[in-house]
Amino acid sequence: MPGKLKVKIVAGRHLPVMDRASDLTDAFVEVKFGNTTFKTDVYPKSLNPQWNSEWFKFEVDDEDLQDEPLQITVLDHDTYSANDAIGKVYIDIDPLLYSEAATVISGWFPIYDTIHGIRGEINVVVKVDLFNDLNRFRQSSCGVKFFCTTSIPKCYRAVIIHGFVEELVVNEDPEYQWIDRIRTPRASNEARQRLISLMSGELQRKIGLKVLEMRGNAVVGYLQCFDLEGESGLVVRAIGTACTLDKLSSPAAFLPACNSPSKEMKEIPFNEDPNPNTHSSGPSTPLKNQTYSFSPSKSYSRQSSSSDTDLSLTPKTGMGSGSAGKEGGPFKALLRQQTQSALEQREFPFFTLTAFPPGFLVHVGGVVSARSVKLLDRIHNPAFVGIMSNTRSYKLLDWNSFNSDEPETRDAWWAEIRQEIKSHAKALGCHAVVGYSESTSICEEVCILSASGTAAVLNPRFLQDGTVEGCLEQRLEENLPAGCGFCHIPYDELNMPFPAHLTYCYNCRKQKVPDVLFTTIDLPTDATVIGKGCLIQARLCRLKKKAQAEANATAISNLLPFMEYEVHTQLMNKLKLKGMNALFGLRIQITVGENMLMGLASATGVYLAALPTPGGIQIAGKTPNDGSYEQHISHMQKKINDTIAKNKELYEINPPEISEEIIGSPIPEPRQRSRLLRSQSESSDEVTELDLSHGKKDAFVLEIDDTDAMEDVHSLLTDVPPPSGFYSCNTEIMPGINNWTSEIQMFTSVRVIRLSSLNLTNQALNKNFNDLCENLLKSLYFKLRSMIPCCLCHVNFTVSLPEDELIQVTVTAVAITFDKNQALQTTKAHVEKSLQRASTDNEELLQFPLELCSDSLPSHPFPPAKEHLESASSNSGIPAAQRATSVDYSSFADRCSSWIELIKLKAQTIRRGSIKTTVTVEKTSPMGEGNFRNRSAAPCANSTVGVVKMTPLSFIPGAKITKYLGIINMFFIRETTSLREEGGVSGFLHAFIAEVFAMVRAHVAALGGNAVVSYIMKQCVFMENPNKNQAQCLINVSGDAVVFARESELEVVSTQQPAANCQPACTGGEVTT
Amino acid sequence: MTSELDIFVGNTTLIDEDVYRLWLDGYSVGDAVALRVRSGILEQTGATAAVLQSDTMDHYRTFHMLERLLHAPPKLLHQLIYQIPPSRQALLIERYYAFDEAFVREVLGKKLSKGTKKDLDDISTKTGITLKSCRRQFDNFKRVFKVVEEMRGSLVDNIQQHFLLSDRLARDYAAIVFFANNRFETGKKKLQYLSFGDFAFCAELMIQNWTLGAVDSQVDDMDMDLDKEFLQDLKELKVLVADKDLLDLHKSLVCTALRGKLGVFSEMEANFKNLSRGLVNVATKLTHNKDVRDLFVDLVEKFVEPCRSDHWPLSDVRLFLNQYSASVHSLDGFRNLPKAVRPHLAAPPPLPQRVSPCGHQRGCHKT
Repeated sequence: MPGKLKVKIVAGRHLPVMDRASDLTDAFVEVKFGNTTFKTDVYPKSLNPQWNSEWFKFEVDDEDLQDEPLQITVLDHDTYSANDAIGKVYIDIDPLLYSEAATVISGWFPIYDTIHGIRGEINVVVKVDLFNDLNRFRQSSCGVKFFCTTSIPKCYRAVIIHGFVEELVVNEDPEYQWIDRIRTPRASNEARQRLISLMSGELQRKIGLKVLEMRGNAVVGYLQCFDLEGESGLVVRAIGTACTLDKLSSPAAFLPACNSPSKEMKEIPFNEDPNPNTHSSGPSTPLKNQTYSFSPSKSYSRQSSSSDTDLSLTPKTGMGSGSAGKEGGPFKALLRQQTQSALEQREFPFFTLTAFPPGFLVHVGGVVSARSVKLLDRIHNPAFVGIMSNTRSYKLLDWNSFNSDEPETRDAWWAEIRQEIKSHAKALGCHAVVGYSESTSICEEVCILSASGTAAVLNPRFLQDGTVEGCLEQRLEENLPAGCGFCHIPYDELNMPFPAHLTYCYNCRKQKVPDVLFTTIDLPTDATVIGKGCLIQARLCRLKKKAQAEANATAISNLLPFMEYEVHTQLMNKLKLKGMNALFGLRIQITVGENMLMGLASATGVYLAALPTPGGIQIAGKTPNDGSYEQHISHMQKKINDTIAKNKELYEINPPEISEEIIGSPIPEPRQRSRLLRSQSESSDEVTELDLSHGKKDAFVLEIDDTDAMEDVHSLLTDVPPPSGFYSCNTEIMPGINNWTSEIQMFTSVRVIRLSSLNLTNQALNKNFNDLCENLLKSLYFKLRSMIPCCLCHVNFTVSLPEDELIQVTVTAVAITFDKNQALQTTKAHVEKSLQRASTDNEELLQFPLELCSDSLPSHPFPPAKEHLESASSNSGIPAAQRATSVDYSSFADRCSSWIELIKLKAQTIRRGSIKTTVTVEKTSPMGEGNFRNRSAAPCANSTVGVVKMTPLSFIPGAKITKYLGIINMFFIRETTSLREEGGVSGFLHAFIAEVFAMVRAHVAALGGNAVVSYIMKQCVFMENPNKNQAQCLINVSGDAVVFARESELEVVSTQQPAANCQPACTGGEVTT
Repeated sequence: MTSELDIFVGNTTLIDEDVYRLWLDGYSVGDAVALRVRSGILEQTGATAAVLQSDTMDHYRTFHMLERLLHAPPKLLHQLIYQIPPSRQALLIERYYAFDEAFVREVLGKKLSKGTKKDLDDISTKTGITLKSCRRQFDNFKRVFKVVEEMRGSLVDNIQQHFLLSDRLARDYAAIVFFANNRFETGKKKLQYLSFGDFAFCAELMIQNWTLGAVDSQVDDMDMDLDKEFLQDLKELKVLVADKDLLDLHKSLVCTALRGKLGVFSEMEANFKNLSRGLVNVATKLTHNKDVRDLFVDLVEKFVEPCRSDHWPLSDVRLFLNQYSASVHSLDGFRNLPKAVRPHLAAPPPLPQRVSPCGHQRGCHKT
């Protein structure tokens, strides 16, 4: 009996009138956990009842504590008839189960009814007494912390990052059970809500167990999704990254206080880490008990070949770095092997993180993705399509009949896809996949499973528990050229998996870099970027014949490669049009509908200083004789060139030019080739083999030979940039802007359009879809114009096709204001910033003289690294680029035409003395101000509800997160049978989303928090039947509840305390000014 | 391609002040969009008409959902569904309860009943205020009236507490409620020159001096109903005009004090009896409900108009009235009558005391 749950019902307010005669309500409350139910007394004739109940105590297993939600039902007592339900509150008590999070849940919760929405509020207090349980075979995993945040949470330090954890649970969907025919919609909705709550509890517990097995204590980047498969069931699946986290407590304050003293003040000294599950001194190798036999010999051979690759890579990736060659190739190789072996032990070396501790990410290979089309019904011969940036596999897999209701089937599906991803990553010379995510799209019985991530080479430091290596490694990485290391290719340039164009890194001049880089992760903090970034989207529709079962699946499988191809072409074109050379946060969503497929890719384009300047776009016509046509073409060409120039100005992309001689580049002059090449360009109609590389053209050539291509060019040019003062990106922060002010506005916007069935051609569809997205963005810019200058961050588009002719687009994002004055001098500021980084790093180094002395010794024995390196690279030469292996995809070959100077290192010495922290000093919060003003206006207005901020980002600008209170994961269903009366579909959904926000805020406030970070609306399924005046909507949201403190507030504290505390440690104190 | 559904929900509810005003003014979405286009917002922001349409719809929907809460402003403060900064909440409430001068003059003193509500069409055509806006304003009056109707304590405080209005607006509402409760006639042609502010000023003085609350602060309805006992006592004033000696004495006291100070001294001297009779008659009749309703009409007829025809300047009116009531205290019969008459005399009939009516009247005459 390891837990006692205590619940107290205090009061209610704003209850609805349940008795028409008296205009009052006789309310009482049922409190249910598991199979035990308690009731309060009836509080007669009041809309604001004061129950003030005793403590209801539930004695339960911790397993149940994790699985079950606490269910509170408010009812109206009726003497003669059955009691009427007013509404319910489900409280997830998981946050109370780990010691560091919330200790009590107490506050006003909206009473929610699936038919009527929110009906008043109830005040509840919940506590849990946990008894220590040393049973080794327990089924619970209390104590494992969960974070939605896809980076190491702000007040923790990653000791080890163990790796991928996944789990899925399958159940029958109550909506499709026979009983649903006889029960009320309310009962059915509640059964569904409860079931999903139970399933996600169970899922979380199971994942927790896996984490404990790996000796971790937390899951970061936890992503849980629902697949509503209709008849065939309900799948709840989750992925995450297991970690061992250490709470940063005050001792960390001796760490460089160089940036700002307030940063170190995040923790109150007496906040220790009492987690019994942390075995930080335990065995270092994280084991996964549940080892699958790595099946076919084929994959084995691949494995070995890839490790060969790694070895041959070694000299190159030993990457010289400017400083004296302290580290050697062999040593590096050793480390690589360690990493390799550490990762090989894992079934899937995947990480759901998108941002990493400094030094974790060594190289990035490129995007890898795989999709597979499955039939949910009886699975016979579904096609399997795996697509990624570098190798294309396109094959039909023979599936033996699986029983679709068993989780094993789904497990096998995902395992297959993950295997595919893994092998793709290997082909890229990478041993890991970061920024990994999975998604599904379901229409009737067809389901597309997708997975994508970024192939990468990781630093083993965080993967194993070894302090010695850690220090070594730290030493190594300090020597890496800052800001470009991750761009360097991880694969062997002699044996490239695809024909990429390599050049020497424009930053360090030592390593090879590709011409374009696509990734699914956030921009690494140390990356050197020129100018600002921008949101880039590729949008695409494809009509598909209506078909049944296998025919349908085959049709979809056949379409998928074309869609992928076109999406990439569009992305590439748009990227070039913006004058940029890298995409971050790439997310490609393919949605399947009855009669069409939709593809939407979003990413944030940036100009990486390390990569070459992208070439322009050239237009070529097929009928050169026609004079007017030529004229038209040249007109178009001019327009495109103008747009590129304009964009460069807009995004402040002005890489300094360097003349060839200075650099002495061994790379062939790119410009000369520009006229030679304009061979095979593909317009979509003539693609026979899927060569997504676009050959080895210099500039990107668009051939206009039919109306299709015309459309393409037009659509390229119709994308209007956001109005001035606005920026947008889908990553956490906007590259090139760093002076955020504290005003944030998170929002969700939903649009549904109905296509007129007459004009259903691909072009018309594309145009409609494109307009839909563009108009939506325009509306957002207009709505948020009062926040200018501001940036829409983490813009997340979701497309669904609820019916034949309906397209639904849901956007969630956050608008953050920034300081314009500082923003004006961005380029300069940015360089300065990176300098700052560099110098602070140095500063940090200096602070550990002792450690360095003792640990750096082993690193010395390998001095000649540099020579090795250079000879190796000159041997291999460039021609690799010419070797066309033709098989693939993302090597979008275009050339650079200019060189970038490295201002960075030069300026460093100058700037050193005058480092300023760029922390924006928080003005008094607008809320507080308003409150004050308001009080003077109307004296009674001061008892307002506490403000809870919500953001999809992992941080809150101008504030420090001081505590993580636990994960918020909520699922709601709302249904109406009086759609018109509720303001039609818009009124209905508007009210529902507002209610969902309210419930999230209420839960966070009850946990004692004042914000939700990493908020995400994972699902918003909307169905309507206007003829019956009905609609239904399902929403699933999640995020991390946190407590944050304004930096200004913290500073007040820190000016007093650190004076005593940190003074001796702050050797770099003068830098902090 | 038609938009089936189009919504925007912010964690902090966005309130566009301009659109709010258009909504309060009762414009349809179409009209509001047209008005916004005319304001030049498209040029300023580079938006399209479609964007504006969607934005306006969205705000209207939000306001529509908020309206339920605005009917009981404390609910707006405690609700959890819409996160609105307190300053914005105050703005929403204040604007929602604000009213048009033209409209309030039409319904001031009328019974806030269904009957009056039916006449709103006419008021709408007459004033040019949309019917929707008229309805909102009328419903606001009625709602405030209903809530504070049978409540203890100060009328202004009650209104402020239950509707969270600013001090000024709460006072205005107190005047509206007070007028509606006592059904003072304000619509006669003779009274058209008076603004709502003029009446509100009178209402405030009357609440302070003439109601139950002026005597006892612990009764229901204390600021709404006139003190019957006081009105009864006013009858005693009849002696001022009935008793010839007293009248002469009163006149001479006033004349002595004002000689040389009044520009219209001779007119005053000549008219004193008439004026005094008029004032006292109005006061003594107030025991009848009908006469209470006609208070302002009577005052204008019996006192304001005679002054106006003699071209009294405003300052003279004020001097005269002050002296008129002050001298009464030195009259023999009144020294021993403190309770009944003092209040009345301390606060003479409100209208003439008011600065602007006479000012208006003067101005009107001259031009």
